[in-house]
This record gives sequence, structure tokens and C-alpha cells, in this order.
Amino acid sequence: MRRLALLALLLVLPATAAAEPNGRQLFVAGCASCHGFDARGIPEKGPDLHGAGAAAADFYLRTGRMPLDVATGEQPLRAEPAYPPEEIRALVEYLASLGGPPIPEVRPERGNVSDGQHAFATYCAGCHQIMGEGGVVTGAIPPPLKDSTPTELAEAVRVGPYLMPAFGERQIDQHTLDSIALYVERVVKSPPDRGGWGIGHIGPIPEGMVAWLLAGGALLAVARIIGRRMER
Amino acid sequence: MRGAPKLLPAARAPRWAELVVLWALLLAAAVAAAFIAVYALGADTQWLGLLLGAAFALLAVGAIVTAKALVPQEQKEEERHSLDHDREALDVAVYVQEAEEGITRSRLLKRAAGVAGLTVTGALLVPLASCGPFLDVQQLRRMAWQRGRRLVDDAGRPLLAEEIEVGAMVPAFAEGVDRKRLDASLLVVRLEEADLRLPREREAWAPGGILAFSKICTHAGCAVSMFRFPHYDVNVPRPALVCPCHYSTFDPATGGDVIFGPAGRPLPQLPVAVDERGELRAAGRMSGPVGPSWWGVQRG
Repeated sequence: MRRLALLALLLVLPATAAAEPNGRQLFVAGCASCHGFDARGIPEKGPDLHGAGAAAADFYLRTGRMPLDVATGEQPLRAEPAYPPEEIRALVEYLASLGGPPIPEVRPERGNVSDGQHAFATYCAGCHQIMGEGGVVTGAIPPPLKDSTPTELAEAVRVGPYLMPAFGERQIDQHTLDSIALYVERVVKSPPDRGGWGIGHIGPIPEGMVAWLLAGGALLAVARIIGRRMER
Repeated sequence: MRGAPKLLPAARAPRWAELVVLWALLLAAAVAAAFIAVYALGADTQWLGLLLGAAFALLAVGAIVTAKALVPQEQKEEERHSLDHDREALDVAVYVQEAEEGITRSRLLKRAAGVAGLTVTGALLVPLASCGPFLDVQQLRRMAWQRGRRLVDDAGRPLLAEEIEVGAMVPAFAEGVDRKRLDASLLVVRLEEADLRLPREREAWAPGGILAFSKICTHAGCAVSMFRFPHYDVNVPRPALVCPCHYSTFDPATGGDVIFGPAGRPLPQLPVAVDERGELRAAGRMSGPVGPSWWGVQRG
């Protein structure tokens, strides 16, 4: 009799989970091997998630950075999300119940591009480059920002994923955050490219190479034409 | 005399050509002088480029007009034979002389060329001053910071200690000091106090784990604008300040020691103190000279 009940439970559980994903169950199945069944973390494997909050959970899950793909190394990289949106919502809800900051609100339309560029240059461009192309810091790869939604961007600013410092309300206030998001939407995602060609938007190195290789070649050609004329 | 050159009296150069050359040279000199003035005033570098380019363009105009309109263009060809005949040599001498006589104001033009050449050369040499002081390197040791000077943020507001959270990176400046001064810029970061491993004499320099460093890399003078800070410190690099130019990496916990990259000496640290209003103030001088290394600097 008891066996039968257990069997029934096993059959019913997945059915209810499919109807309404259960965050705690998903966590136990997908995250507990590193973060522990109680989300208290496992030494040398994964951090305690009490206090991480919805902001961090939503950022890491929505950008596919978690579950961590050990094959790509220690740094969580952007990937296809491992869970469908409703399961992410359930997981985020579960982790939010352990305490921590909520998903930050961001409204790019309330920002100001000029303020955004100023703040971006001050706080973000050191690592992500002024055109948001990403770059390298010793020990990590600051990612390009072209794929980030404003919410993911705001989460990253407040959470400070991997080696990125976190920026609190006092350093980057709501207006500045909105402005940075607007700058990324307007300038990083659709660069103005007034000259017609952005050359990868990674600054002076490709520009210098274009100057040397293309302009240098053009100058050589001109010199050759002049030389030909003088021969006549 | 077969094969002897047919010498014609040189055509007189048009008067306008001389004036053009004269004006081009004088303008080149004036523009080069303007370059020196703009450099001395420290104005926008784009003006420097524009003025130097204009000076060269004017020199080029002078040279082209001289070549095309002032110097006789006749070309003579003859089979090579020696000028042993006195009369032939005389002819050539006369021709050369006449060619120069075509220019009515050759002395004036030569002087203008001299002035233009000297000024443009001066304009090319003057920017060497940017390589740094040659005689008085002591001025590189004079600092914008002294005990009690407040640290202000980008908007000029004083930095409050309580506003700087652990893991924060805050660009800061010396209050009331020209921000273009190399030593006015700081990067203020906060680590957990327990993680600090400062030398004994610097133990009081970082109240609550708040550390202030020069923002100027000791390698090539770029802005050290990257701060890596892991929120979970297993298997990840420890907190560091990183320069984006050549990836010199400094350890804030030990007082700015170089842990990677080409920098030859630690990032200068500024001792800070929190006053009764909770504001950050300098508690003394930087631990070493600010800026890229020069011959007066060996170690921090």
C-alpha cells in the first residue's frame, strides 16, 4: 500500500511541477550540487545565496551564466538560458525568499544620453570600452554589452558579477543608472558611425591599422602614379 | 660647334610668383609661431595639428611656386662632353647668373625662407618640453596633496566614508586643485578590513578598509581605471587595480604592489582619514612620486 502511494506521488509530482514550476525543486535539482540543498553554499564549490537576492539570481539565470559551464572556466559567460522563462521566474522567486536586493528598476527613457556617456566613461569604459565592446582585465573578460537588456545591465551594475565591482545607489543613483542604460541602448547598440565605418569600435588599434595599411597603401599608389608621370 | 647647348636668356619670372612665395613663407612662419604660442598656452591639441599642418602646407606652396614659376624650366640635352672650352664654360656661368637674376628680390626671398625654416623647426622642437622637466625634476615630487585636503567626487561633493561600500570603486579628486594635474586624480576603493595586508607603517592609512591610490599608472601614465573585485573569492583572482594600457596590475590590499605587468614600482597610495563629519581627507602625502617613472625614480 505504502509503495503504491509512493509510486503515485512520483507520478503526480512531475505533473504538478509542469503545471506550476516550483523554484525550490528546480533549485535542488539544478543548483544544489554547488550551492547546497539549503542554498548555504558548499566550501570551495559555490557561494551562499542567502542575501544574493532576486537581482543576482535573475541576472545569472536570464543571461545563461548559471548553471556554470565548467568547460569554459571559472568565469560565468553569457549563454543560452538553461531554463525557460517561467522556470527562471520560479527560481528567482525562491532565491528572493532567502533575502537580498530585488530586481532593480530601470527606465532608459527617463535618462539623458549625455549624463549616461559621462557616467559610462567614468565607471564602465575602463573595462567595457567606451563603445561597450568589452575587453580584457587581468584574470577575466569584461563582456560586450550589445546583448544586454536594460534590466540585465542594471542588475550587473548593482550586483557586480564575477570580478566586476558593484555600484550602489549612492555612487550611481537612479537617474545615472537610467542614463547609462539609455547610453547603451542608443549608442552602444546602434553606434552613430559618422565616418561610415566603425572599424570594430575597439578604438585606436584598428584605426591605426587602417591608417597604416590602407592609407599607407593609398599613398604608395599615389607616389607610384606621380613617378610614372615623371618618367614620361 | 656641334652639340653645344643653345643658351637662351632666362625668361623673367612673373612678379606675382615672387609675391606668392614671399607671402607663403611669411605666413608659414606666422602659423608656426602661432603653433608655439598655442602649445605654450596648453590649448586643444587639435589646434596644434591644424597649425602645424597649415605651416607645412604653406611651405609646400612656397616650394611649388618657386619650382614652377621662379626657377627657369628650360631643359637642355646634349651629349656629354667636357667643358674645357673657355667660351662654353662662360656661357654656362652667364646662364646660371641670369637664371638667378630672374628673381628680382632674391635676398628678400632667401631671408623669408630662413625665417620660415627657423620658425617651423622651432615649432617642431618646442613640444619636446612635454617629455618632462630636464633640469628641475624636484617639481615632480611636489604634490597636490597635503594633510587635511578633502577628497571630492566627480561632481565636486566631498566623499563620505559611509557611502563607500566594500567592493566600491570611486574616482576622486583633490578639492580645489586643477584636475588636469597628474596627482589630483585618485581611485578610492574599499576592501574588507580583514583582507588588508598593508606594511606596518601604513596600517593607519586605510580607515575601515578605504584605500586611496593615484589613478596614474607608474608605467606609462595611463589612467588606472579598472578595478576587479570578486564577490566570491574561491578560485578567482584577488581584488586588483588594473591599467587598461598594458595591464599593469596592482594589489590594493598590500598598498599598491605590482603583481603583474610592466609597471616598475607600486602605485602611490594616499593615506586617508575620516573627519568628524564623516568626510574623507588626506592624512599626509602620497607614498611615492605620482606618474610614469622617470630617471629620478627607482622605487616607490
